[in-house]
Amino acid sequence: MDGPLLAVNGVTKAYPGVVANDTVTFTVDPGEVHALLGENGAGKSTLVKMIYGLVRPDSGGMVWKGEAFEPATPHAARKSGVAMVFQHFSLFEALNVAENVALGMENPPPMRQLSARIRDVSEAYGLPLDPDRLVGDLSAGERQRVEIIRCLLQDPKLLIMDEPTSVLTPQEVEILFKTLRKLSAEGTAILYISHKLEEIRSLCTGATILRLGKVVGNCDPREKTARELAELMVGETLHIPSREPGTLGDTLLELTNLSVKSANPFGTSLKDVCLNIRAGEIVGIGGVAGNGQDELLAALSGESIAPAGAVKLQGQEIGMLGPNQRRALGLLAAPEERLGHSAAPDMSLTENAALTGTVREGLSKNGFLDWGKARNFAESIIQGFDVRTPGPDNAARSLSGGNLQKFVIGREVLQRPDVLVVNQPTWGVDASAAAAIRQSLLDLAAKGAAIICISQDLDELMEISDRFAALNEGRLTEPRPAKGLTVDEIGLMMGGAHDMEVSHVEA
Amino acid sequence: MLRLEKRPSPSKMWTALTPILAVILTMIAGGVLFWILGKDPVEAIRTIFWDPLFHEDFAAYSRPQLLVKAGPLILIAVGLSLGFRAGIWNIGAEGQYIIGAICGAAVGLAFYPSESFLIFPAMVIAGALGGWAWAMIPGILRTRFNTNEILVSLLLVYVAEQLLASMSLGLLRNPEGRGFPGSRNFRDFPAAHNGEIFANTGMHWGVVAAFIAVIFVYILLSRHILGFQIRVAGQSPKAARFAGVNPNRLILFCLGTSGALAGLAGLFEVSGPAGQISIDFNSGYGFTAIIVAFLGRLNPIGILLAGLLMALTYIGGELAQLMLGLPSAAIQAFQGMLLFFLLAVDVLSNYRIKFSRSEGA
Repeated sequence: MDGPLLAVNGVTKAYPGVVANDTVTFTVDPGEVHALLGENGAGKSTLVKMIYGLVRPDSGGMVWKGEAFEPATPHAARKSGVAMVFQHFSLFEALNVAENVALGMENPPPMRQLSARIRDVSEAYGLPLDPDRLVGDLSAGERQRVEIIRCLLQDPKLLIMDEPTSVLTPQEVEILFKTLRKLSAEGTAILYISHKLEEIRSLCTGATILRLGKVVGNCDPREKTARELAELMVGETLHIPSREPGTLGDTLLELTNLSVKSANPFGTSLKDVCLNIRAGEIVGIGGVAGNGQDELLAALSGESIAPAGAVKLQGQEIGMLGPNQRRALGLLAAPEERLGHSAAPDMSLTENAALTGTVREGLSKNGFLDWGKARNFAESIIQGFDVRTPGPDNAARSLSGGNLQKFVIGREVLQRPDVLVVNQPTWGVDASAAAAIRQSLLDLAAKGAAIICISQDLDELMEISDRFAALNEGRLTEPRPAKGLTVDEIGLMMGGAHDMEVSHVEA
Repeated sequence: MLRLEKRPSPSKMWTALTPILAVILTMIAGGVLFWILGKDPVEAIRTIFWDPLFHEDFAAYSRPQLLVKAGPLILIAVGLSLGFRAGIWNIGAEGQYIIGAICGAAVGLAFYPSESFLIFPAMVIAGALGGWAWAMIPGILRTRFNTNEILVSLLLVYVAEQLLASMSLGLLRNPEGRGFPGSRNFRDFPAAHNGEIFANTGMHWGVVAAFIAVIFVYILLSRHILGFQIRVAGQSPKAARFAGVNPNRLILFCLGTSGALAGLAGLFEVSGPAGQISIDFNSGYGFTAIIVAFLGRLNPIGILLAGLLMALTYIGGELAQLMLGLPSAAIQAFQGMLLFFLLAVDVLSNYRIKFSRSEGA
């Protein structure tokens, strides 16, 4: 075929208060693996939603195989040959794989035929998947395969993948990349959204870089260094946190055979987690999402309680204590979910400062809150952590993800914790805010605090951790010094139980 | 074309204006309703909203009624608003109101005809405890067995009504009442009577209690850490747990407090305006208070105003039935409209309306 498969010409889309896409232009050729690169809020999602028929552009147009392309619905887009794998899966946990696939199809064939086709496609593309298994029992990587196979059954010409690797182990990433390369060799174009630069450099043949809704560059990512790509993306030179290993002090936190049942029926219970962490140390905990990260944070923050002796803080048994009692003793936490867990969305920043700061900052007297003091505390967080907001009276949900995350981390760091537990501290945060957050964790450790950083971003963990451990189905591996760990070793620590075998890939 | 667009944060102006807008819309729609019924809409609206306060013949009677009716509504609604803020739905205030009245009245009647000044305080305490205990049933079932407090508290209303019937026919029946159902009248029992504090104002101890409750709840919600926890729990339960809120304790506190206040309202009503325990002394205040709580945006000051407004529509509605021969169903529909419009225009505080050109097919 001559000419590009898809040409996006000067597309603009504005939302109240923000221009998500400003005259964006780029093309995707058949069989090309094209990266859309940009920080959170750069407009990548809006752009692909327009291609997938979920959002309509205000102006500008698209051309698909030489003809004007205006999909009004995802249905129309799928008919033209566009398929999309979302970052968040839309699967029913109580149904099996084949039933889930059938639900997403326009005219599903009889179940037995469909199962056979799922087997065929999964073997052909090296994505092992049993059509009869319940989705509730699958790992995140396997669930993603369900979504991919659902798309492949429709024989797409363009496959859009929105941050597909955030839930995968390195080995699963390799399997996925082999599949994608095979698809591309067969002529299917892939639009690959990510902010993980190394992935893009190894997979993609073209890239469009977005910043604040505008295209700021086109390049062949294979010819650029990750640093060059990052600087194109951020628009400034990056400040990379510096780790100055300090001397380690006494053991601060001790977990001994910590087992906690998950509060969520589809969650992962913790099984015999053991960990010692000393003053000045950062322990990074990796693992594929849903392997007990939330449960570990809850068990440490005091949201779920354990046998008293399973959690010891400076020798004191605290397993039975609630969040505020633990705070009083110096164990603080910042959960992953910003809106609704670590912060109350509709409450002001002042109120959110009081949410966890009451005990250690002395914001209450005889049960009455001192709102003046709480406001001062909120202001000191806003200043100390460069939170961009008009003031502490603004609702938490009016802040961008990165700014709210800086606020949440700042709130805990400023309370001078002895032990700080954070889960996904830089998830969905732009590069400069992420660097600032990591630096604040490093500074805190340098002052003698012990930090547990739970994250799915391995680069982040390698950057700041002294020791690394991985959660796998609720079990924690023996922590190992982070220096010198290879990607393969990390992958094995993370993924032991997930099926690794790659079936018949001829790519 | 009209489009709704979500505001980044709720508009303070519209949050304050929507109740007023709802009242105006209710007047308009209600006027149309009355007009269809063949009544003069302006006169009907004036009879409901104006005459009870300012009519030269009726105002002297109906003005005190305003406080008599608003008192229990506000007292109950303020208690309910605590739970509603925390996402704990006590729908059975009517039952707690009845049980409070029975317990309080029983204590008073047990000491008949003593003249001790301690009797009335003892009745007040018994009324509050009765309501509290009745609300603890859904509370404990919820915290122990995770039952739904909406259903349990609602169904307990009907249990309470049966209990009330049994009491007024049996245990608490006036022994000198020649067999008629109903207890002794508290008007003939001065030590236990909740009379007017100032003559012809309608001000009785229940109204005083309502004002005190409004002030207490206002301070609780805005200053006290417990009020803060209630607000967090209602907005995001997970954040509340993270902040160290014990959800079970909060459930018991909110249900208990709203039950105790409803029980107080029942006691004040039965020992004052109603005068005696009778099969139907309760007039649905416990249910109407739910409307009052929402009309007042779950804010104590708002509830104070909403309670007065609701009382006004009650008195005005009765007046309109009497004067204009409006059917009582029309009055009830009119009161229902008020809640309906309030909820409908509520959308304005979270969304703004945008007029935009049609975007094509």
